[in-house]
Amino acid sequence: MIRLKTRFLYLVILLLGLTVGTAGSASSDTGKDETESHEKGGKFDASSFIMDHVADSHEWHILTRKDGSHVAIYLPVIIYDKNSGLQIFSSERLAHGHSYRGYSIAHEGRYAGKIVRLDEAGHHDGSKPPLDFSITKAVFGMMVASVILLLLMLGLARSYRRRGVSAPRGFQGFLEPIILFVRDDIAIPNIGEHKYSRYMPYLLTVFFFILINNLLGLVPFFPFGANVTGNVNVTFVLAFITFLITQFSGNRSHWRHVFAAPGVPLWLLPIMIPIEIIGLFSKPFALMIRLFANITAGHIIVLSLVALIFIFESVFVAPVSIFFVLFMDCIELLVAFLQAYVFTLLSALFIGMATAEPEHH
Amino acid sequence: MLLQSSLASPAIGTVFWTTLIFLMLLFLLWKFAWGPIMKAVSSREDMIRNALDAAEKAREEMKVLQADNEIILRKAREERDKILRDARVAYERMMSEAKEKSQSESDAMVRRARELIEREKVSAIAEVKREVAQLAIEVASRVVGETLKSDAEQQKLIERYLREIEANRN
Repeated sequence: MIRLKTRFLYLVILLLGLTVGTAGSASSDTGKDETESHEKGGKFDASSFIMDHVADSHEWHILTRKDGSHVAIYLPVIIYDKNSGLQIFSSERLAHGHSYRGYSIAHEGRYAGKIVRLDEAGHHDGSKPPLDFSITKAVFGMMVASVILLLLMLGLARSYRRRGVSAPRGFQGFLEPIILFVRDDIAIPNIGEHKYSRYMPYLLTVFFFILINNLLGLVPFFPFGANVTGNVNVTFVLAFITFLITQFSGNRSHWRHVFAAPGVPLWLLPIMIPIEIIGLFSKPFALMIRLFANITAGHIIVLSLVALIFIFESVFVAPVSIFFVLFMDCIELLVAFLQAYVFTLLSALFIGMATAEPEHH
Repeated sequence: MLLQSSLASPAIGTVFWTTLIFLMLLFLLWKFAWGPIMKAVSSREDMIRNALDAAEKAREEMKVLQADNEIILRKAREERDKILRDARVAYERMMSEAKEKSQSESDAMVRRARELIEREKVSAIAEVKREVAQLAIEVASRVVGETLKSDAEQQKLIERYLREIEANRN
């Protein structure tokens, strides 16, 4: 118990240390390069500074040197265009407003941040953007997180195989309570003793996937710090998978409840059925928005606090900002666990509702 | 600015990659991590539950055994008490019997001795009488012998005396 506590303390200190890193790297960001994007008429534009860090991008910007040159990881761009087919090239070609093969990244308008096709004059030709399958920052961050998660869990599985049924030790002792928590406090109470084991792999995967992406999102260094779970497309996929699992495991009483809710008079059904159908979709929709909004909000707050330093253009604001960022990161650490828990809990709840046997009165 | 940015805009590429990565992750973890881990955890839980059950059962058995022991012990104690009581009774009976027997035996012995003594006494007295009579005859013959010459007279006299003695005695 004490060992676990100290370990947790180390984790907190580590994360706090890295948070100070955020402030540092952010300041170097804004120092020079961001003059072109974050400053409007010589004034610091906090909004674009924050958005650039929270939103997805094709390159992974690390820092800008004093001479204005950039250190960035240029991720591959993969686009599919009806006219010219599949194209793969480095995002370095498109960096800083450059155009390549008739494509560039739009900076304003409806398709801001997206790769668009250019006309002869070098302006967006107004057509719909090509399908963009690029390995963006969020995708890359997700890959890194997935590899870490995979290594972690395969290592855990190996240690179980090696040690058999003896008491958990070391890292096993840290992860096993979390796994048991997902089983005993999320899956079993919501889905039931008999059916829960079918859904355990999904619940565990989604829990640890969200958790590790949340946690790595708090780490400000490459290859961490991508806003993965704060990306609405990512949360959409997760919520959609929950939706599919819920609907495909729905039993007779689940569908009966939707199309002929017991105890509802017949004349109310034309109203009730659409409401129930909307309900089917609004549940995963809420899952999607909740995770996306919580994580994005956390990132925005941390970045806003950092931005305060540049808004006030005073180094004396820095200690205050750093203090509040530390505080926020502690909360974000909690939120990282909480949102993983809530998403998994609600997924289990929806599955449990869809598979519940009707009570016999 | 917030809505203008790509923060909440759909991106097919991200959806595609997320789906791919997540499903791959789900498959790999399902196959190689969650399966073995859940199996190990549940088998350990089964083991612990079985061990606890066995311990509980052993305790129950122990309790039963202890109760049995208690009963056996009590029975043994009762039996011991009974045996002791019986032994005491038997002892007392034997003692009294032995006492009675020895009493009667000693009584018989005394009686026999007394009878023997009586008999001896009678015979001794008879002997003495005879002896005395002999002596008396001898003495008397010597004394009387001088005066009584004839044996016939002598005999008559003796018989008369004897008759007198007998009569006197009676």
